[in-house]
Amino acid sequence: MSASDASQLEADLALMWRIRLFEDEVQRLFTQNLVHGSTHLCQGQEAVSVGVCGSLAPGDVITCTYRGHGALIAMGAPLERCFGEILGRAEGLCKGKGGSMHLAAHDRGALGSFAVVGAGIPVAVGAALSAKLQSRDTVALTFFGDGATNIGAFHESLNLAAIWRLPCVFVCENNLYGEYSPIATTTPIDRLADRAAGYGIPGVQVDGNDVTAVRKVAGAAVERARRGSGPTLIEARTYRQAGHSRSDPGAYRPDGELELWKLRDPLVLAAKALQEMGYSDPELDRIRGEAEAAVREARGTAVAWQPPSPESRFEDVLA
Amino acid sequence: MTERSLRDAVRAALADELRSDDRVFLLGEDIAQAGGVFKATVGLVDEFGAERVRDTPISEVAIIGAATGAALTGMRPVVDLMFADFAAVAFDQIVNQAAKHRYLTGGQCDVPLTIRMANGAGAGFGAQHSQSVDSWLYGTAGLLVVAPATPADAYGLLRSSIQEPNPVVFLEHKAMYGLTGAVRDPPAAVPLGKARIAREGDAVTVVASQLMVHRALDASELLAEEGISVEVVDLRTIWPPDLTTIATSVQKTGRIVVVEEATPAGGWSSALIVDVLDAVFDHLDAAPQRVTGDPTPIPYAAALEAAWMPDAARIAARIRSTVV
Repeated sequence: MSASDASQLEADLALMWRIRLFEDEVQRLFTQNLVHGSTHLCQGQEAVSVGVCGSLAPGDVITCTYRGHGALIAMGAPLERCFGEILGRAEGLCKGKGGSMHLAAHDRGALGSFAVVGAGIPVAVGAALSAKLQSRDTVALTFFGDGATNIGAFHESLNLAAIWRLPCVFVCENNLYGEYSPIATTTPIDRLADRAAGYGIPGVQVDGNDVTAVRKVAGAAVERARRGSGPTLIEARTYRQAGHSRSDPGAYRPDGELELWKLRDPLVLAAKALQEMGYSDPELDRIRGEAEAAVREARGTAVAWQPPSPESRFEDVLA
Repeated sequence: MTERSLRDAVRAALADELRSDDRVFLLGEDIAQAGGVFKATVGLVDEFGAERVRDTPISEVAIIGAATGAALTGMRPVVDLMFADFAAVAFDQIVNQAAKHRYLTGGQCDVPLTIRMANGAGAGFGAQHSQSVDSWLYGTAGLLVVAPATPADAYGLLRSSIQEPNPVVFLEHKAMYGLTGAVRDPPAAVPLGKARIAREGDAVTVVASQLMVHRALDASELLAEEGISVEVVDLRTIWPPDLTTIATSVQKTGRIVVVEEATPAGGWSSALIVDVLDAVFDHLDAAPQRVTGDPTPIPYAAALEAAWMPDAARIAARIRSTVV
């Protein structure tokens, strides 16, 4: 391991801590009834957001899902504006019009969080088509869950991107559950990456809890897309440590499953790897502590913001 | 002025937009080599190439979704969805995604997307290829619904739709592609959101769209012989409707009949009448009336389909009932 590997992993761990602590704080805000609606958290899946988004370059764009806080933060959306949106504040990313399921930051390349399963996949294909038509060497990437691989939009999108050889990367976050249903009860194959074969594109499986492995696989797919060799389907195997949404305690999970996956928590794995590279406990504590401070400050800023004026609901319907 | 078919006017508008704006491109099933199922894109691939006039697989969801993604990232896509009934296949992408994306992001983006579709009955295509989908889509916040009744408007409204920064559903009535009419040289853009007085009159206002404009004009001819003077308003933009023009007409005539080709329940014609009541109730001399298709799927046999659709006689009878 080189020094640059270590500093990359340190940066990745720092970002994963921000996402983890952000999500923990969102959960707290919801249980304290400080915001209404629902939320879909991504604790346990941080390595996918961080490893994948870390392989993108300025100008690249993503679409993601209602479980998209991690992706937005990994794309560089300011924490306080993410909190602000979820809290329904005028200074939120979307002026309080989107909410937890619809974070977007076009200035960071995050085109939108799509709350209908699979809906953001073809939108990324279109962004990739745009890049091709404008002769830009940018890449469009889309995140979706395992459940989305059973919806038509997924299949139509892979097919379209493949026949047009578009600079598009499809990232399936296989967290083993579609809402409350274990993947085996809804999907006849175990290895979702195999679905790429039906469209003649590469399908790669990666340990979605190993941020360095994710970064490597995503980086290769992104570069392949960028040089004009077409799309790739990545299946990142991971685990959703929280329930589907805020009201779901996850009672359908077999006893011990969560505990087993927590041993393979992406933050634990990254910290261990850093220890092996010589990081001390105080250094690891510092990484976490800085993230804690950033999240605490962002939360404080956002909570103090005012709700949008009722009149603003009429704005932004049409350009 | 040149006499042109509605089909030619559509093709001319597409060609002129492709010529004048590099961001414009077309995508849809069989639009390139085949020139479109309704032949409105014949020859465009030869002039503009297969990158900008793109044949797609039969994937309505991906077509609309990809067009939205392209619209979000600097292009001005024009989708040919073929039969309007197929909007049902891509309903999520049209109504939940394209229409709401600007709002959901707090105005971070425009969505300059045009979706052309062949609307309406009268061509013998049966229940799944003949519907008027105006009323599936109208009233969706963030989405414009535009529907020409003449070749000049087909040209002018399509150019304005493609130039519009918002998603537009552009309805071309499939029984009207061969309809001819005078088009200016050079043809002109027509602003969205502005209705057209298709015939002036002072006894009854008839509001209609697409093929029903022509049937209302036929009915007006019949009634003129009976001494009933009918004003026909062509909506042109179904959503949002030009209430100003309609209200002004009703203030003059005191009567209104709205003609909508679709099934009767829940249509834009009902909503429009409520708006008219709100705006000019005191000017009305008779109860507002509607003429619509029947509350059944659209039947195939020519005799059944013809009976299903509002025709000039049916429209004239309803107009007469408001003036007695």
